[in-house]
Amino acid sequence: MSTDIEFELNGKPVRIATPETRRAIDLLREDLHLTGSKEGCGAGECGACAVLIGDEIRLACLMLAGQLAGRRVTTIEGLPHSALGARLLRAFAEAGAVQCGYCIPGMEMAAFDLLRREPDPSRERIREALSGNLCRCTGYVKIVDAVRLAAAGDAGPESPPDGAAA
Amino acid sequence: MTRFHAAHSLTEALALLHEETDTRPMAGGTDILVRMRRSPPAVPLTLIGIEGVPELQGIREEPSWLSIGAATPFAAIAASPLIAAHAPLLQDAARAVGAPAIRNMATLGGNLCTASPAGDSLPPLYVLDAEVELASKAGRRRMAVSDFILGPGETQLEPGEILCRVLVPHAPPIARCQFEKVGRRRSLAIAVASFAGLLRVDGAGRIAGARFAFGSVGPAAVTVPEAEALLRGQLAVQPDPAAVERAVLAVCATVRPIDDLRASASYRRALAGNLLRRFLSPPSSPGLNAATGHASHG
Repeated sequence: MSTDIEFELNGKPVRIATPETRRAIDLLREDLHLTGSKEGCGAGECGACAVLIGDEIRLACLMLAGQLAGRRVTTIEGLPHSALGARLLRAFAEAGAVQCGYCIPGMEMAAFDLLRREPDPSRERIREALSGNLCRCTGYVKIVDAVRLAAAGDAGPESPPDGAAA
Repeated sequence: MTRFHAAHSLTEALALLHEETDTRPMAGGTDILVRMRRSPPAVPLTLIGIEGVPELQGIREEPSWLSIGAATPFAAIAASPLIAAHAPLLQDAARAVGAPAIRNMATLGGNLCTASPAGDSLPPLYVLDAEVELASKAGRRRMAVSDFILGPGETQLEPGEILCRVLVPHAPPIARCQFEKVGRRRSLAIAVASFAGLLRVDGAGRIAGARFAFGSVGPAAVTVPEAEALLRGQLAVQPDPAAVERAVLAVCATVRPIDDLRASASYRRALAGNLLRRFLSPPSSPGLNAATGHASHG
């Protein structure tokens, strides 16, 4: 039983027929082919599926397609559209923060959410903001380094990337 | 699960709950979606989304109480100046819930309706004598949080009813309060044990009223009126150590913890007693365990 659901995805309007009970992570990955968001635990314990809903970081494994209607959704694929997002992705590469990489999209979404609100966070604040994101390679130090590196080159707070601001 | 309807007003939500038989309200979904995925319900359910219902949102000071909309997410409770002023215990508990993304989704009312023995908000709400307000098409009713929760996953919520507000009554000033959550790690941890305590004092600095509640050491939050009574009349800053030890023994004798993958029952029993002993010790005492989420006001 499908319903037409409309929302904004990385700055572009989307309209898709889907059961309202389909999980947002499945809608994004399997129906819309945005495979950057990862499913780790499927139970809200790892943060690999973190996305922005409006201005809030949320978990796509614990949202239903029906909850996205009318909302503004930003996934990792939308991050390069903004200067801050692009700088953050570069910083992760430069800091060598990525090992297997599975947790990184969620880490970057959580870090982006933090830097948007707090352009120059302490390491402690970064650890707090990323506390819901698990890395099983356990390379947390370089991940925190990467967020600090992105913050250091900061040019001020930003709103979520909406394509138009690219 | 077969269907999902987002409600946009309380009237609509209550009407939707009545239209079909197997309906459940869903706020943030962080518990119910995990539960339904783990063990799919025998009959298909219709989930009524209530996170967008304005009547269920927000924190307001009213003449007799602080009113917290049941669908208020923990992030809003953690950031609210009203909660900081009237219910710092609840604020500390809100900050200990999950991690940032979970706190943006999970709601106070959801935490109560899930009725997990480890629900972070329960011990503070017990010691604050908080009440819940339930709405159905038939009207509204109110009861103490401690009466609302019956046991693990069991509440007084009837089919067709929605928990709409949590009420924290205005009460005499609190001299000192503390919330602690002990987990295997700081974030995304289910409590091994949690503690909320508060002291009210008379003009001479003696304890006029003490309230304690413990999480994860029984089927619901556990209160220990015997321990509370044992401390009445003691100096709040330096209670008689013998009285403290009697209160700790009363706690250890009252809690009913279980063994699970997070900790053994005997560890939890000792921990509950230690959490009370630490609360009653002079604030300069060193902490016992670096892994606890430690927050104190006073």
